[in-house]
Amino acid sequence: MNTLKTTTGNKMKSLKTLVTALTLSATVMAQAADNVKVGFVYVGPTGDAGWTYSHDEARKYVVDQLGDKVETSYVESVAEGADAERVIRNLAAKGHDLIFTTSFGYMNPTLKVAKRFPKVKFEHATGYKQSKNVGTYMARAYQARYLTGLVAGKMTKSNVIGYVASFPIPEVIRGINAFTKGVREVNPDATVKVVWVSTWYDPAKEREAAETLILQKADVLTQHTDSAAVIQTAEAKGKYAIGYHSDMSAYGSTAHLTSAVHDWRPIYLAKTKAVLNDNWTKEDLWYGIKEGVTDIAPLNDAIPADVKAMVLAKKAALKAGTIRVFDGPVKDQSGAIKVKKGASLNDGDLKGFGWYVEGVEGKLPKS
Amino acid sequence: MDIDLITNILYATVRTGTPLILVALGEMVCEKSGVLNLGQEGMLLMGAVVGFMAAVTTGSLFVAVLLAIVAGILMSLLFGFLSITLVSNQVATGLALTIFGAGLSAFLGSSYVGVGITGIEPMSIPLLSEIPIIGKIFFQQDPLVYLSFILFGLVFWIFKSSQIGLKIRAVGENPEAANAMGINVHKVRYLAVIFGGAMTGLAGGYLSLAYTPLWAEGMSAGRGWIALALVVFASWKAERIMLGAYLFGAFSIMHLVMQGLGFEVAPNLLAMLPYIATIVVLVLLSSDHMKTKLSAPMSLGVPYRPQV
Repeated sequence: MNTLKTTTGNKMKSLKTLVTALTLSATVMAQAADNVKVGFVYVGPTGDAGWTYSHDEARKYVVDQLGDKVETSYVESVAEGADAERVIRNLAAKGHDLIFTTSFGYMNPTLKVAKRFPKVKFEHATGYKQSKNVGTYMARAYQARYLTGLVAGKMTKSNVIGYVASFPIPEVIRGINAFTKGVREVNPDATVKVVWVSTWYDPAKEREAAETLILQKADVLTQHTDSAAVIQTAEAKGKYAIGYHSDMSAYGSTAHLTSAVHDWRPIYLAKTKAVLNDNWTKEDLWYGIKEGVTDIAPLNDAIPADVKAMVLAKKAALKAGTIRVFDGPVKDQSGAIKVKKGASLNDGDLKGFGWYVEGVEGKLPKS
Repeated sequence: MDIDLITNILYATVRTGTPLILVALGEMVCEKSGVLNLGQEGMLLMGAVVGFMAAVTTGSLFVAVLLAIVAGILMSLLFGFLSITLVSNQVATGLALTIFGAGLSAFLGSSYVGVGITGIEPMSIPLLSEIPIIGKIFFQQDPLVYLSFILFGLVFWIFKSSQIGLKIRAVGENPEAANAMGINVHKVRYLAVIFGGAMTGLAGGYLSLAYTPLWAEGMSAGRGWIALALVVFASWKAERIMLGAYLFGAFSIMHLVMQGLGFEVAPNLLAMLPYIATIVVLVLLSSDHMKTKLSAPMSLGVPYRPQV
């Protein structure tokens, strides 16, 4: 079912490949390659307007930037698990030099295939296991979540903010906490109500969750699911909303305050170039605002100028590293201090988040 | 819980149940004639994408709904041609239709992702909508929900007291006997399949034009499968389909509302239930013995080859 789609930068490509191939075979491949094949494995359809979409935009960017130096292929809607291994192996066997596997569940399949193809470089998104030829990368989306939380805290009138969440895993909990941290920093009376829909993607269910939250007095909504249904519902009901993954303003120009967005372009371009220049190394990248991998979408004009300025100032501070999202004091739901003043959570803590910060309403379900 | 909250939950329940009712009623008619069409999910997506594309290009929601129905019909004709005329295996053909519909809809809709439209809005029915509670729950919905009430009435009547209903059942129970009685088995099955396609196409249109007015790949998120299970659970009775769909709707809404109210629920467990039910049903349907017990149409899934 998963078909391989190949895009080339140039129509003259086939001729050039032929020439390159002839030259290469003559000179033995010692120097840097002048053409790389890059493969991408996506968990969803490229048209999901969310996670997969953001990866595919970066793939297109690489093609734009490097032209006929790069040939990219992608396989979309690849289920996590056994099928993923087959797809990844297939890409490796077809002569790809660099393969991006873009979902958490591809971690073990990626490592397995990488063992058998030591010459191929692999980059796995959101995972924590590396090997000789497998690097990992991830976005500090929680930084953007925090900034959007500041917006939400300032824009709510009912002091109830709704959060439609998918599954209680650390990544999602981290987002909720960072968002709530932002909300409470500017509005200590506001609370964040979380509703779990147990799916990454079901527009109708996401809508119903949004309606439920609105019924329970939420007037600013956000979501950690993949569709734009929450934004749309807010627009229809005259509430505000904050998108995720990509700029979702098209779904509600009045409701959409901003979105927390991913921009994988810097990583994909740098890694592809590294393979081109033959200086690829395995890394564990966790890039954020500073590197431009995490960002917020343009702020809606409904947001007062002083709030906009405050948010942008915080963004600059995050970028400069003068503040961090989870700088103490951070309290948990019971009000107990988890991070003391002057301290902050380290990356290990962040990757294993299993508790709610103060200001989140409801109990954290066991995952 | 106060009365307002309950009214609101029930209001959302009707909306949630509607796509299931449409698909399940259509599939019920189809199955009554002895044809099992597992392609619901594919037809649903095709209805959704075509309806949405039509809404964007023509700007008319009415035309959009009509074209969603046409898309469902075309898909069902393809299924009918393969499974009735060419006597292919219905299960395999239905599954192929689902895969085909999912792929084709993604292909057609790729440039419509991220496009916003104004969807079909709720429209209160004068007088009826003023009845306390009931009015809010049933008569302040959008026009397609009202259409689902009418279509329910139609299907109910067909099997309760019409000649057509008898013919469809005869064909579904024993096509040879029906043929001997002068009923054109293929014609009846084709019409039933087309009706099913139209209903599912309409349900697709409901998803992309009224429920969540957007197009995104795979947006039906398994509703076609749930509707298939619903038909069996309802033992091929329209009134039970209606009830079952609303029950399912109420469950999924409650699951969300409870969380907002601070109750502890295991979200993933609840979310799993409809799918477990679907699997159980598909397993049950694969045995003849269980078919009788469930009062399934006797020739369900059995292709009919006319004696020449």
